[in-house]
Amino acid sequence: MLDVTVNALHSQSLLLRLFGVKGWAGFVAALIVICVVFPALNLLMPATSVLHISDYTVALCGKILCYAIVALAMDLVWGYTGILSLGHGLFFALGGYAFGMYLMRQIGHNGNYQSDLPDFMVFLDWKEYPWFWAFTDHFWYAALLVVLVPGVLALVFGYFAFRSRIKGVYLSIITQALTYAFMLLFFRNETGFGGNNGFTDFKRIVGIPIATGEMRMTLFVITGLMLLVLLLMARFIVNSKFGRVLTAIRDAEGRAMFSGYTTLHYKLAIWTLSAVICGIAGALYVPQVGIINPSEMSPASSIEIAIWAAVGGRGTLIGPLLGAGIVNGAKSFFTVAFPEYWLYFLGLIFILVTLFLPAGVLGLLQKLRRKH
Amino acid sequence: MQKWGIMRNWAIRCVVIIWRSVVLIVLSCSGFALSEKASALSAEDYAALAGGDNDARIAAIGKVVAGGDSSAKNFLQALLDDSVKIAGDKVFVVDSSGKAIDPITGAEATLPANAEDVINNNRVRSELEAGIAFLNLQMEDRGARAAAVKTLQDADIDENKTALLERAVAQEKDKELHDTLLQILAGVQLQSTDKNTRLAAAKMLSESTNQNIKQMLSTRLAEGGESDADVRTAIQNSIAAIDRHLQIYDYIGRVFTGISLGSILLLAALGLAITYGLMGVINMAHGEMMMLGAYSTFVVQNFFRTHFPAMFDAYIIAAIPVAFVVTGVIGMALERTVIRFLYGRPLETLLATWGISLMLMQTVRTVFGAQNVQVENPSWLSGGIDVAANLTLPYNRIAIIIFSAAVLLLMWLLLTKTRLGLFVRAVTQNRGMARCVGVNTTSVDMRAFGLGSAVAGLAGVALSQVTNVGPDLGSNYIVDSFMVVVLGGVGQLAGAVYAALGLGIISKFLEGISGAVLAKIIVLVFIIIFIQKRPQGLFALKGRSADA
Repeated sequence: MLDVTVNALHSQSLLLRLFGVKGWAGFVAALIVICVVFPALNLLMPATSVLHISDYTVALCGKILCYAIVALAMDLVWGYTGILSLGHGLFFALGGYAFGMYLMRQIGHNGNYQSDLPDFMVFLDWKEYPWFWAFTDHFWYAALLVVLVPGVLALVFGYFAFRSRIKGVYLSIITQALTYAFMLLFFRNETGFGGNNGFTDFKRIVGIPIATGEMRMTLFVITGLMLLVLLLMARFIVNSKFGRVLTAIRDAEGRAMFSGYTTLHYKLAIWTLSAVICGIAGALYVPQVGIINPSEMSPASSIEIAIWAAVGGRGTLIGPLLGAGIVNGAKSFFTVAFPEYWLYFLGLIFILVTLFLPAGVLGLLQKLRRKH
Repeated sequence: MQKWGIMRNWAIRCVVIIWRSVVLIVLSCSGFALSEKASALSAEDYAALAGGDNDARIAAIGKVVAGGDSSAKNFLQALLDDSVKIAGDKVFVVDSSGKAIDPITGAEATLPANAEDVINNNRVRSELEAGIAFLNLQMEDRGARAAAVKTLQDADIDENKTALLERAVAQEKDKELHDTLLQILAGVQLQSTDKNTRLAAAKMLSESTNQNIKQMLSTRLAEGGESDADVRTAIQNSIAAIDRHLQIYDYIGRVFTGISLGSILLLAALGLAITYGLMGVINMAHGEMMMLGAYSTFVVQNFFRTHFPAMFDAYIIAAIPVAFVVTGVIGMALERTVIRFLYGRPLETLLATWGISLMLMQTVRTVFGAQNVQVENPSWLSGGIDVAANLTLPYNRIAIIIFSAAVLLLMWLLLTKTRLGLFVRAVTQNRGMARCVGVNTTSVDMRAFGLGSAVAGLAGVALSQVTNVGPDLGSNYIVDSFMVVVLGGVGQLAGAVYAALGLGIISKFLEGISGAVLAKIIVLVFIIIFIQKRPQGLFALKGRSADA
């Protein structure tokens, strides 16, 4: 059966395999919004105009785009492979920290202490960078770290976890403990990542000041393009034979194994890829938000990622992107308007979505359309 | 006439009784007066204590203390307080209001113009302090004696006091104080000129667990101290022995705190062992149930404080059933409204219960505020048993160990001896079959979940005694308690017990070596490696549902 469908898929052209016509239309629309509409309305439109998009909105949307990338990564492992990770915040934060190291070194002598070292190291009375900070002043090395650190950690952890067939809630709990342990580790000042306060007060990227409208817009566009590229990639993966095996693992791992697939390799591959995507999202997040600290690794923020995917609709790739937007949009609204009630609302989303919307908002829309 | 006679007899009897009482009172008064007179120091004593050169005064102090006359204490104290003046050989005590008193008669006296302050140098001072302490050793009150022993321990005592110390050792009945005195004596004897005395003393001190004594022994070894080779070896052996003792107590202390942490983890994990282990429900709100239990304790405490301040110490007893019922009822309500729709979908349950936990936390913040609330230990749970200089076992920790053992026992009885327990186990093993034979599985689910939550509430009561009570209380323990369940294996109480105690002790030992945070990470790595070897956990149910 599987082979038949895969063959049928191959007969279509690559483009149409990724999206239908409507899908491509939406994709191009998103591309235009990100690359043309936002820059034009933010930078060119005068601030007094109704159509002007404020810097605040750009920063908020940039942040949400980063979260959407994370939600995409989550959907690959949870929606398609059935692995509910409660530790994706860790990979996100590690990517952020890796790039944050570069940003810290870009501060140069502009810190409070005008020292070669970042302020927090001066505070700890350190005389030189610890070994793991070596070469982080090179942009490309830092970019490599963004991919490698979450990737290698996920690979090692995933190998041990999947090899011993830890799955389901067991895996969820273990990943939660993993991110919790890392959070504790990063909270320590001696770990060498700024402890409680993490990294902040960035000044520039590749020598260009970070706090300008142009830089903000550049980062926003890069994030948006990255999201679209990763979406295409994810789309390609889930429609490939590899992706079909992932779905098979989700639905009946035992059967997939008995059909001759080494599920360990498949799970490990998608798990590591997902972690790398999270790391990239983290690296894009840090310069836009201007801070990274260990609270990103808290179990609570990791579990929130899962609810983005659930709200939008798991196993759809587009759904989680919507979910990230909906939940984080609501969060920005509530924390400004009714900060007291945000956790009630978030808790309610968790309960209601799991009880009444197993297929998420996207599933709801589809159901409504089918009725018409 | 008869009646009159009785009256007269009665009157006589009354008179006799009164007379006797009067005599008795007079006698006893004079008796007191006599005894006071006999024990009071003589005028020469006072003069010798207050006047003359320091050596003579020290000798006088020694004599007075050796006399064991406790009434001299006040005068020694007065000397120590610099409130004694001397004019010729007349001695006066000047109290805080400036009144001069003749210590011999106790009457007020006029201070002669040529009266001078009695000056004490440090040597005299320490002699006075030691003297007072020695006199205090004769008191009935153990606390006063213990304080005196403490003074002597810190004081610099020379060989002249050997006799006094020996007498004190002989008189002391309390084992602990006796031992301490013996050590002080040995410390003095170490400086003796007689080699055998020194040798015996050095050997004797090996029993000690006191850091100060180790310090003293080390200084004896230093240059200018002990020269005799035999005694030096004995001292070195003693130091090694003290180190060993301290080390042992240190280990005992770590095992104790480990067991104490383990019993807290056990309490937290017992509830999870029911909800997750038996029912397969991942309850992320479990930690919040603990938090609610702790807040119930807080409410009960405040209720007792305002309504029954006299019985305040008993509030913790009342808090146990209150917390049990409150969290149990909330748990059952959650099961009815949310969780029962999610059986068989563990990942969704996880998310939904996380949502519940967020709402519970925010509710508590709204009601009680985001700050930690103050839960006081009842007086019988504060303090602890001093086992050694470096080991104190706090009562609240001991109580938690006992409490969790009791909860464990009750849980075991409930699961193995009662009908509900039988049903719970039946539903665990085969839900469909249990329903077929007439078990009301929905009711069993509800009660089992309520029970799990209620046990979490009990854990909260225990936690309120050892840690801060705040809205985040639960989230600090949830990861650890899940680790216990994962390590212990599903569906077993025994697994939870071994895993909780094991994790508790291991983390406390690691904390001693590597610090708390690294210990936590090492433990996590250990768990992941352990699961490589035994994916089912320490104790797994044997059966066919290995994939479930």
